[in-house]
Amino acid sequence: MNTHPFTFHGAALHALPSGALYWEQTGLLVVSDLHLGKSARLSAVGGAQLPPYETRETLQRLDADLAATGATRVICLGDSFDAPGIDAHLPEDDLLWIARLQAGRDWTWIAGNHDPAPVALTGAHRAEHRDGPLTFRHIATQGTTAEVSGHYHPKARLTVRGRSLTRPCFLLDADRLILPAYGAYTGGLFSDSPVLSALMRPDAQAILTGSRPVAIPMPRRAASRA
Amino acid sequence: MSARMESGIAPPAAPPGGRAGKPAPRGLCPSWPQVANSPRDIFGQKKHKGSAAFAFRVGRKVIDPVPDRSYLGARATLTAAVKPVLLLPPPGYFSTMTRLPDALQHWFDTRGWQVHPHQKAMLDRADAACLMLIAPTGGGKTLAGFLPTLSELTEEPRTGLHTLYISPLKALAADIRRNLRVPIEEANLPIRVEDRTGDTPASRKKRQRADPPHILLTTPESLALLTSYEDAPRIFAGLQRVVVDEIHALAESKRGDQLMLALARLQTLCPGLRRVGLSATVEDPQAIARLLAHGDFPCEILQADPGPDPDISMLITDEAPPWAGGGAKYSIPAVLEQVKRHRTTLIFHNTRAQAEIYFHNLWLANEDSLPIGIHHGSLDRGQREKVEAAMVAGHLRAIVCTGSLDLGIDWGDVDLVIQVGAPKNVKRLVQRIGRANHRYNAPSKAILVPANRFEVVECLAALEAVRAHDLDGEPRGPGPRDVLCQHILIAAASGPFEADTLYTEMRGAGPYAGLTRPQFDACLEFCATGGYALRAYDQWKRLMQRPDGLWQLRDPRSAVRIRQNIGTIQDTDTLKVRWRGRGGKPLGEVEESFAASLTKGDTFLIGGQIVRYEGLRELTVEVSRDPGRKPKIATFMGTKFATSTQLSDRILRLFQQDDWPDLPPHTRDWLHLQRRVSRLPEPGRLLVESFPHDGRQQLVVYGFAGRNAQQTLGLLLTKRMEEIGLAPMGFVATDYATLIWGLDAVTDPVPLFDLAALEAGLDGWLAGNAVMKRTFRASATIAGLIERQIGGQRKTGRQATMSSDILYDTLLKYDPDHLLMQITREEAMRGLVDFARIREMSARVGDRIDHLRLTRVTPLAAPLFLEQGRVPVRGSADERLMEEEVTRLLNESGLAQVGPKRP
Repeated sequence: MNTHPFTFHGAALHALPSGALYWEQTGLLVVSDLHLGKSARLSAVGGAQLPPYETRETLQRLDADLAATGATRVICLGDSFDAPGIDAHLPEDDLLWIARLQAGRDWTWIAGNHDPAPVALTGAHRAEHRDGPLTFRHIATQGTTAEVSGHYHPKARLTVRGRSLTRPCFLLDADRLILPAYGAYTGGLFSDSPVLSALMRPDAQAILTGSRPVAIPMPRRAASRA
Repeated sequence: MSARMESGIAPPAAPPGGRAGKPAPRGLCPSWPQVANSPRDIFGQKKHKGSAAFAFRVGRKVIDPVPDRSYLGARATLTAAVKPVLLLPPPGYFSTMTRLPDALQHWFDTRGWQVHPHQKAMLDRADAACLMLIAPTGGGKTLAGFLPTLSELTEEPRTGLHTLYISPLKALAADIRRNLRVPIEEANLPIRVEDRTGDTPASRKKRQRADPPHILLTTPESLALLTSYEDAPRIFAGLQRVVVDEIHALAESKRGDQLMLALARLQTLCPGLRRVGLSATVEDPQAIARLLAHGDFPCEILQADPGPDPDISMLITDEAPPWAGGGAKYSIPAVLEQVKRHRTTLIFHNTRAQAEIYFHNLWLANEDSLPIGIHHGSLDRGQREKVEAAMVAGHLRAIVCTGSLDLGIDWGDVDLVIQVGAPKNVKRLVQRIGRANHRYNAPSKAILVPANRFEVVECLAALEAVRAHDLDGEPRGPGPRDVLCQHILIAAASGPFEADTLYTEMRGAGPYAGLTRPQFDACLEFCATGGYALRAYDQWKRLMQRPDGLWQLRDPRSAVRIRQNIGTIQDTDTLKVRWRGRGGKPLGEVEESFAASLTKGDTFLIGGQIVRYEGLRELTVEVSRDPGRKPKIATFMGTKFATSTQLSDRILRLFQQDDWPDLPPHTRDWLHLQRRVSRLPEPGRLLVESFPHDGRQQLVVYGFAGRNAQQTLGLLLTKRMEEIGLAPMGFVATDYATLIWGLDAVTDPVPLFDLAALEAGLDGWLAGNAVMKRTFRASATIAGLIERQIGGQRKTGRQATMSSDILYDTLLKYDPDHLLMQITREEAMRGLVDFARIREMSARVGDRIDHLRLTRVTPLAAPLFLEQGRVPVRGSADERLMEEEVTRLLNESGLAQVGPKRP
């Protein structure tokens, strides 16, 4: 697997092609915004009947990353489930699959805005979590440092020879690291949006996901670039 | 000249180029009165001196004082009075002649007018269950469609809806409403007419549902919406007739399929409903009649006199057209000269981008400052309306336009149609030429302007086809099932239904006459549960079956969402363009992908102006004025038509002549040279050339299968070449040939053309192909899987694209036989992939493949090297582009030096 290794507040981290973060030294895999059960929630509210395959697609991704890294600890950075209580409605197969992934691993669910209440699954349930120098929470907060979060589903957009290419990406500056969404049916917010441009320092990097993760200067609004 | 033109009135005695001396029977007036608020209103005494009756007769000579006769124009109907029409008069015509009601007859009489034969025939056959009138553009057919309604409502005044009129354009519905008012008000007929489209205010729509007018003018989408209401039976109670205008245009798209399903619904509600279709000249009237026919009732066809043949020629200039491209810039001086010589000229282009460039160049050369406007579908509605008003008022000498002017609104006093670029399709050309037929009994005048050397040949072939009345058209397959899914949801929105009854009703719609029960059930299943192989849960269901067997919406609130997503028109993802600043004036739209490629300071053309990109504000592109002269060009989507099979065949036959005296010398010499150094393609054979050029091995396949099929052929052949190890690197396709370049020369092309192998290869590459994703997105939107409207807010195109691609990938992986995947495949095969024409080519050619190994580029192949749209053969194109950009960024930013080492 190609990864993008980088150091953040003394922790040697790897950005994985899938959008997961791996901290080799502590055997910790971090994923954000799985949004499991999204298609079920949408159809339950009378919305589109999206194909009900995104949960297994996401779990398959997670399964592969766990196998490849041999991670022994997992943090899900919030919005792991698309709606409170939706975990109860997941198909039996998917629930068993989650249980299998959890088996023998130290597993932490961080609360997100979509899943503020604890889920009925095993594992620790926390509002936020500290590990060594790093703090893990769902939404980035102003005035903190050494923070790892998710929530925004950041994407980078590059225009190359008239074509617009888009990749989910990590955003990284001296204070914070924001993870891309890991779930299959998740849209995103472009890094050049005002909110992300305001949140990240001027020298921030975007680490593009894809078969070969790579860091570039974070694409920003045209106005501030000029 | 221009001062007189601005008054909008041509002199009564001699319309330029008109045939004032032609004798005609007394007292015929054929045409529908002009719009009341039009400056050329023939009843508007303020604007026109003298009575309308006078205007039409000077002694025994019929003179046309107002050459513009509107879409119900005078010419064809008058000639119809003189010459016998094809199917008319029917047996017993004179004895059973239907009389108009006195009030209406009196109104005609006071003007010294008579009803024309085909209009009379429509009156006589007013009882027919299904009737289609075919008349040339401007042949007075809309009046023919309405006369029975006016007559019936005058004879037996009543309340409630009597006639529904469906037009493909909102503007046409509004135009007809204004026109119908004149006889109704002047003859004091007890008839109320209203239109109902997307532009109608909600308050009026609401009132129309409570108290429908006698005649309701609407569009297929608005009709589908009406049928989705629970009170549909009450709205349509008593409906007698439905008139479908411009049915030939609707029949070519899913809008027609949608309309026929809605009509089937109406037929259930109103069993005695009579259907009337009004069509321009088409190649296969039976095919359209079959669409319109309901169940077991066949559709009768009435054919009006087609009128005189058009006066059509090709523009030949001293300067030869370029070898490739579609700009036709070389023709500007000659075209301006033609504009000067005519009153109003329509200059048609095949794409919006070409129209913009041409318009720009036209103005650069327009030293006399002739008033010339531009009109196409990407322009802001306000802008378009302004141009339309100026046209009707006669203020414009020329309008650069696209297909947006193809349909029948009265655009004023057009006496010349110029088609820039090869017409690609003879039928459309003929319909376009008909825009210039406002002088009765005089041929329409049209000039074709080839944009490049090959198009000279194409234009000549098109000219011959028009003269031979050889229209073309691709037969349309059975009605697509995505539209069916939408209508099942529409039915559910209107109330509980029984599956058997709905199936029978839908089979009553012409396009779905062959629908099988399993096909229907699959669609119902999809609507009810999503149709996934993975059994979902109760709350997944959109429809549920009640204990009494009826189907209904699980959540009644979803009816709102269903209604918001009605329609089959796929608007490309466009962003509005406005002048910068608060309340900046809207200019039009550009494609989202184009907008994404812009950076501040880039310039592009829109509405004929060069503008400078300032930035994106929410979903609007903000621009400022730019005095620069070299714009970056906007890539409007527009439809790219492939040259029709019939026209391609004609070109092949043309090549077989010993010499081409009708072609200008530059093109004639070119073909002779090709014959000398290689050979010309022949019907029934496939010419394949190979030669080295540019350090690569080139292969040219002259398949004459149309752009889409040649493109598909390029993909399939390169895939085969890859398998054989010939290292293809890319290809480019035109309507007539595919050029492939690679590292190794092809020595024996025959194994490449094994149709079975080609088709087997299709599945693999199709699966992950962008064409499939695009098709999937369209069908998934129509079928209701993807919602474009959520709470009245359109999702941005990019969001929709993103999610539909992911959905497609997920279905491909977990549920490849899902109904929508089947539909996507069917649609792609007959649409963008156009595999039918590859099959057709293969059948035509058999094993008669002529391969010529040559040492250098051939004359016929040369233009291919200048073609746009080269497709590189590599799956990792995006990765490579990304790599390139990343490397640049890393070097530029210095990250490459300081950042962590990449593995």
